[in-house]
Amino acid sequence: MLSDAWLIARKDLKLEIRSRVALNQVIPFAILVLVLFAFALDPDRGLLQKATPGLYWIAVLFSGLLAMQRSFSVEAADGVTDALRLSGLTPGGIYLGKTLSVAVQLLVLEVLLGAGVALLYGTVITGWLLLFTTIVVATAAISTAGTLFGVVAAGLRVRETLLPLLLLPVLAPVLIGSTRAFEAALSGTPSEGWPWVGLMSAFAVVYVVAGIFGFGPLMEES
Amino acid sequence: MEPDDPTFRSGTEPVVHLRGAVALLGRFPALAGVDLDVDRRRIVLLRGANGAGKTTLLRALAGLVPITSGEAVVLGIDLRDDRRAVRDRVGLLAHGTGLYDELTVEDNVRFWTRAARADISDADAAMARLGLDGRLRDVAVGRLSTGQRRRTSLACLLARRPELWLLDEPHAGLDKEGRDIVDELVRSAAQAGATIILSSHELDRSIDLADEIVTLGGGIALDDEAEGGRFHAE
Repeated sequence: MLSDAWLIARKDLKLEIRSRVALNQVIPFAILVLVLFAFALDPDRGLLQKATPGLYWIAVLFSGLLAMQRSFSVEAADGVTDALRLSGLTPGGIYLGKTLSVAVQLLVLEVLLGAGVALLYGTVITGWLLLFTTIVVATAAISTAGTLFGVVAAGLRVRETLLPLLLLPVLAPVLIGSTRAFEAALSGTPSEGWPWVGLMSAFAVVYVVAGIFGFGPLMEES
Repeated sequence: MEPDDPTFRSGTEPVVHLRGAVALLGRFPALAGVDLDVDRRRIVLLRGANGAGKTTLLRALAGLVPITSGEAVVLGIDLRDDRRAVRDRVGLLAHGTGLYDELTVEDNVRFWTRAARADISDADAAMARLGLDGRLRDVAVGRLSTGQRRRTSLACLLARRPELWLLDEPHAGLDKEGRDIVDELVRSAAQAGATIILSSHELDRSIDLADEIVTLGGGIALDDEAEGGRFHAE
């Protein structure tokens, strides 16, 4: 299963590098969201800085949705879904591979958005350990759930609009947890952030187990 | 025939055994009780009008469409028990190419070869066999012509070394050279021990290729008249 996951992840990342969709569309969109937030809240610099953690994670979620939709739209083209079913790859491996690919893209996005937040919002970054752990765990939570709901929406004609409707409510706990953990790190009270990291870790574990066992039947229906 | 019977591997049992096989697309019976037996190393041509059930039959044999009633055993596996189990032993050339447009010919063939756990050297051999080992090797599939894409799909199938080849209109979109390559591939695969079932509207070419002809109509195999080991509807 792990070798299948690695094969799928490499293929998906190679597709993204070749197509440059992430570079030309997802990253500019994410930066645009940050800039628009800055325009909207700039008159009140204090409010902007206070809201920075929430704005950052909302930008990550919105931009991540594009990456997740893209991850399944490449499989929907020209009989690829049937080819995957016939390939002999384990469904759990396909799920883990697509999750890994989405996670890598999200991590790159988050680093760039972090730099954008520091530059645009003037955020002073502190609590590096909690920030780093939050990013890793929240990325795992978003990509594990996003990949599972991505295959649910993949077989439907309205997948582009359905995926955000399905996924954003499910990811609400991750949005809350990651925002609270970032607030704790940036305010110099990291001990208040670790319980949220624990919550997001549990979320990711639940979805990775559900994905490994549920992806196959869901792929059959897509 | 007993599913998973060890005698199957010795080649004594049919590769495909269908009796009254029914497959539904929604509520519509695309296969309405097909009877079919295909022995190892045979090349079988499916013919019939559009909507006769040829594509559905090929997809059902690949384990992609469920058989809802009747008997259906492929490569010793009862499709009604576990249709997924047969998938990595068959190769389906469908209407869709099953290729990633942004990846090169080499990337695609190697990816699907690795996915099938076949030897990566088979990918290179398959590309060479299909005339894809020259300048086309590093071209993105999205930039290829329809015929070149078809060849790439065939290379992916060939590299997998399937026991049962299911070819849906394999000559479609190919020039004469490509069609000759397909015919030669089919013949050599049968000689090597594979079984081939293909559907085609290009009867002049396909009839010469086939050992047997099965005519489908209304989702069933029509009764054919035996003529010298071949079966013709008219």
